[in-house]
Amino acid sequence: MADTILEVKNLTKYFKTKRGMLHAVDDISFKLERGKTLGLVGESGCGKSTTGRTILRLIEPTSGEIIFEGKDINKLSNRELRHARKDMQLIFQDPYSSLDPRKTVNQLISEPIVTNKILKTKAEVEERVAELMATVGLAPRLFNSYPHELDGGRRQRIGIARALAMEPKFIICDEPVSALDVSIQAQILNLLKELQGELGLSFIFITHDLSVVNHFSDEIAVMYLGKIVEKAPSEELFANPMHPYTKALLSAIPIPELGAQKERILIKGEISSPIEPGNECRFYKRCNYACDRCRELPALEEVSPNHFVACHRIGEV
Amino acid sequence: MSEKDIVLDLQNLRVRFETEDGIVYAVNGLDMKLEKGKAIGLVGETGAGKTTTALALLRLVPDPPGVVECDKLELNGQDVLNMGIHDLEKVRGKDISMIFQDPMTALNPVFTVGEQIAESIFLHEKCTYAEAQQRAVEMLELVGIPGERANEYPHQFSGGMKQRVVIAIALACHPQLLIADEPTTALDVTIQAQVLDLMKNLRKQYQTSLIMITHDLGIVADICDEVAVMYAGTIVEKGTLEDVFNHTKHPYTEGLFNSLPNINDRKAMLTPIKGLMPDPTNLPEGCPFHPRCPYADEDCKKPQVVRNISDSHYVRCGAYDRPGFHIERKER
Repeated sequence: MADTILEVKNLTKYFKTKRGMLHAVDDISFKLERGKTLGLVGESGCGKSTTGRTILRLIEPTSGEIIFEGKDINKLSNRELRHARKDMQLIFQDPYSSLDPRKTVNQLISEPIVTNKILKTKAEVEERVAELMATVGLAPRLFNSYPHELDGGRRQRIGIARALAMEPKFIICDEPVSALDVSIQAQILNLLKELQGELGLSFIFITHDLSVVNHFSDEIAVMYLGKIVEKAPSEELFANPMHPYTKALLSAIPIPELGAQKERILIKGEISSPIEPGNECRFYKRCNYACDRCRELPALEEVSPNHFVACHRIGEV
Repeated sequence: MSEKDIVLDLQNLRVRFETEDGIVYAVNGLDMKLEKGKAIGLVGETGAGKTTTALALLRLVPDPPGVVECDKLELNGQDVLNMGIHDLEKVRGKDISMIFQDPMTALNPVFTVGEQIAESIFLHEKCTYAEAQQRAVEMLELVGIPGERANEYPHQFSGGMKQRVVIAIALACHPQLLIADEPTTALDVTIQAQVLDLMKNLRKQYQTSLIMITHDLGIVADICDEVAVMYAGTIVEKGTLEDVFNHTKHPYTEGLFNSLPNINDRKAMLTPIKGLMPDPTNLPEGCPFHPRCPYADEDCKKPQVVRNISDSHYVRCGAYDRPGFHIERKER
C-alpha cells in the first residue's frame, strides 16, 4: 500500500452568480503519494487554481472530502486548521504582487515563523531566516533588501523560502514559473526539484505549460471546465494521450526543434461557459468526435493501469 | 537578391533612455535587413530590447526620455528616419503595422470592433466610410469572426477573439511589414495554435514580411524563416532556422536551448544560465554576456566584432578567435 499524503474525494466548488451556479470545480477525486508530484494542467478558467485553493481551505468547498494525513481538512475547527496549515503551503504565481512591498526580505521570510510562534528570540529567528535564504539560494547581503530591488527570479525564491519556513510536508505550486524568463525558470525548477529530494516534499504543481509539467511531475491530471478529463503517469500521458482534448493540447505545444512539430489538431471555438453547464460532456461543443452519447456526462474510467479517461468514445477513435 | 526586394533596411540602431537615475542603453547597434515575404524571429528575454527595437521602427519611442539614433532606417526605399509627422502617419498602419502583446488593452473599449477596423481603412485608403465599414466586416470574417459581430464592443469578446480583432486591424490595409510583439503570450495554448495558424495563412496570402518578437523558440521554429537572438540590446547571433537551431554558435543561444525542458526526456536536469541579465544602465565592458558565459576569458572584455560563419549566419562572440573553439550544446 502506497503512502498517501493527500486524498481528495468528490471535491466540488460552485460559485453563486446572477446567471446561475458557476461550476468551478466539479466532482474531482485524486490521490497524492508522499514525496511525489501531481501536475494539474489546463487552460484559463478550467478550475485548477480553485482546486489548489480549496484543498488548503482558502476557499470553502461546496462538498467533498479533503483527507490530509488521515484528517478531513473540511471538518477541522479554525484552531485545528491553523495547526494543519503548517504542513501545507502555497507558492504563488506572481512574485511581483504576492510580496508586501513595504517589508524587507528578512521580515517577509520571518513573518510565518513569528506569527506561528515557532521560534522565540530575535537571534533565533534571524538565524533561521539566514538558513532559509541559503537553502533557496539568496545571497546573505539581500537580508535587508526590499522586493522592488530584486528581479522576478529572486522574488520567487523569497516566496519559496516563505513556504519552506514552516517545514511543510506538502506544497501547492500555483504557476510558480509562469512569470519568469526561461533561463530563470530553469533555475527555479531545479531548485524545487532539489528541495523535493532533500526534504521529501510532496507537490501539487498547477500550470498551463505542458513542457514544464512533464519535466516536473510523476503524474498528470488534465482539467477541462472543472472536470478531470484524463489522468495518468507523465510518461504514459505524453506517449499515449487518449482524451481528444489532451491530444489537441499536446499537439498545440510549440516545440523548439526543427521539423519536430507534429500535425496540429486544431480544436474549434473557445472554452464554453462554466455557468450551469448541464449534463453533457464538458468538451462536447468543441470536440471533433462528438456524438449523441456525448450529451451525457462520461465518468472517469480506468482504461489501462493507472490511466484514467473520461470519454465515451475511447477505443472508437 | 535585388535591392527592390528589401522591405526593411536598418543599420546601426541605437536607443537610449535618459532618465534621472542614469542612461538606460536599451538598443546598442542593431542591423536588420528583411526581404519581402520573409519572417524573422526576434528572440530574447525580458529587457533584451526587443520591443524597443520594434517601437523604434515605427518611431514610437517616447521622446523624451528616449533618444533614437541610427545610420539608416528605410522601409521600401523610403527614409522613415527623417520623415515628417504627416508622412509618418501615412506610413504607420498602412505600410507597417504592429500587433501588440496584450489584446485586452490594445483595443479601445468605447468603440465597436467594426469601427476600430474601419478607422484604419478609412484613414489610409480612398474610400467612403460606408465602404470602409463593409471592408471591416470582410476583415473580421477573414480572421474567423462572424461579420455580424462587427457591431459589438471589445468586452463582449474573449481574449483569443480580441487578438483576432487586433490582427484584423493590423492587416486591414495589407501592410508590407507586420511587427508582432508577443502576439500569443497572453493566450492559452490551444487558442495560440489557432492564432498562429491564422497568421501563417494570412502571411502566405498577402506576402507580408513579418518581424515576430517572442521569447518562445517553439513559436519561432513554427513560423519564421530566420532568427535573431538578442541580448542586452544587440543581436548576438543571427541566421536561418537551420543555422541557429542545428548549428548553434553563441554561448547565450546555447544557454537558452539548454534551459528549456525537453519534452522527450523528462529525467534530464535543466541547465540554467547562471546569473542575471545585466543592468542596462551599467552594461559590462566588451561582450555583454561575458559575466554569465561559461567560456569567457580576458579577451571577452574587449569590444566584440561580428564573425560571419556563412552568408546567412553570423555570431558576435570573441571566443572564436581561439583555435578549435566550439560550444557544447546538449543533445536533445
